[in-house]
Amino acid sequence: MQLIPCPWCGPREEAEFHYGGQAHVAYPADPSAMPDEEWAKFVFFRDNPSGPFAERWSHSAGCRRWFNAVRDTRTHDLLAVYRLDEPRPVIS
Amino acid sequence: MTDLPEHPDFLWDNPEPRKSYDVVVVGGGGHGLATAYYLAKQGITNVAVLEKGWLAGGNMARNTTIIRSNYLWDESSGIYEHSLKLWEGLEEDLGYPILFSQRGVLNLAHSLQDVRDSVRRVEANKLNGIDAEWVDANGVKEICPIVNISPDVRYPVLGATFQPRAGIAKHDYVAWGFARAAHELGVDLIQNCEVTGITTAGGRVTGVETSRGRIAAGKVGLCAAGHTSVLARMVGLDLPLTSHPLQALVSELLEPIHPTVVMSNAVHVYVSQAHKGELVMGAGIDSYHGYGQRGSFHIIEQQMAAALELFPVFARAHLLRTWAGIVDTSPDASPIIGLTPVENLFLNCGWGTGGFKATPGVGDVFAATIARGKPHEYAEPFALDRFTTGALVDEHGAAAVAH
Repeated sequence: MQLIPCPWCGPREEAEFHYGGQAHVAYPADPSAMPDEEWAKFVFFRDNPSGPFAERWSHSAGCRRWFNAVRDTRTHDLLAVYRLDEPRPVIS
Repeated sequence: MTDLPEHPDFLWDNPEPRKSYDVVVVGGGGHGLATAYYLAKQGITNVAVLEKGWLAGGNMARNTTIIRSNYLWDESSGIYEHSLKLWEGLEEDLGYPILFSQRGVLNLAHSLQDVRDSVRRVEANKLNGIDAEWVDANGVKEICPIVNISPDVRYPVLGATFQPRAGIAKHDYVAWGFARAAHELGVDLIQNCEVTGITTAGGRVTGVETSRGRIAAGKVGLCAAGHTSVLARMVGLDLPLTSHPLQALVSELLEPIHPTVVMSNAVHVYVSQAHKGELVMGAGIDSYHGYGQRGSFHIIEQQMAAALELFPVFARAHLLRTWAGIVDTSPDASPIIGLTPVENLFLNCGWGTGGFKATPGVGDVFAATIARGKPHEYAEPFALDRFTTGALVDEHGAAAVAH
């Protein structure tokens, strides 16, 4: 089973976590002015790369806090773990 | 030392790719091979199927082979029932055995809401001319005696929908049958040929870059299942898809004990017994995005717990092997089929956990869409623009595996 390093609790088993999908998806700044195409992008379209991907996780069976991670979707390796208010780390 | 038996004739050639084709189909799985076959059948034979690995070595070799058409909405009934009807004549059409076995499928209901949804779906199926019935717990026991219908379990079986014409087929044979038939009609099946780029000029597709050189194409059809997002990005096209590992497993060979197919959406296991005797079981998808073709152990653990509660007789069966395929799930659990903003580039993706059952149907419908340059009537509701217009075909309740 994969170990996921919670920023607050340290490495814990994957089964303690809940997946939250793509990170850094901001709510529209001016929703009422947004055309349908952009609403569709916001609601339904998410990045789906084969490679590093910034995503959200919640340590739902532990501290219950959300955090972000960059994970390689090919190998499942967690390349970085960081707090929600931090920018996505640059991964070389 | 005795001689080894003579090697059987190969079912298809391995030609060098030509410089140009009328149609290039990307992906040599069930959907790609079926698309090429139905294109060739209507006279479009200057066609290549490009496969980055070996033919039908991706999801086609990794699925649990279940075939059914008991979906809720008219749009889905159209395409899945079209497919089931093609399955019923496919062995004769291809002249190749596919071991299609119409042993029926039970979709179990475990709560009052499950029961209401199931009965609604049965009535919807009947209105669409699809065979379906509601059976209570005793009816489940009659159809599949090894199901535990005791009320004293966490998720008791309250009944099930039953589609008698549903069943399974031998996935490898299906692929080989399509490959052989397409090859005989003149289609080039090119293995070990990875598409690394899609070339366009003036908003129109002109060909593909591959690991074996550039191939010009009048039209390009994408049939790459879990990897479609990666291909579409090559022309700057975003799709409402996320790719996830979907796991399955088989037991050792057992005597025939399981006469039908049993699926449970609520506890997340679906089981049939293969022709040779293995119990074939599927799980739910792993929650996270992934392309690694392996999944999480705890998903299998949950799946086995569910299987044992439903089928106590499995307790002593040995697990033989597990694997994962990469499925591309869409927000409404329905596929995306049809045209793209790039002229002559066609899309067939988003089948999520249930693409196998559609193999002949989508082959036929997608081939017609490519040939005509406009959507076949069964493809029309599954256009990419439904995510903007809001005309979704929400099949989460009938998809049987949560996406």
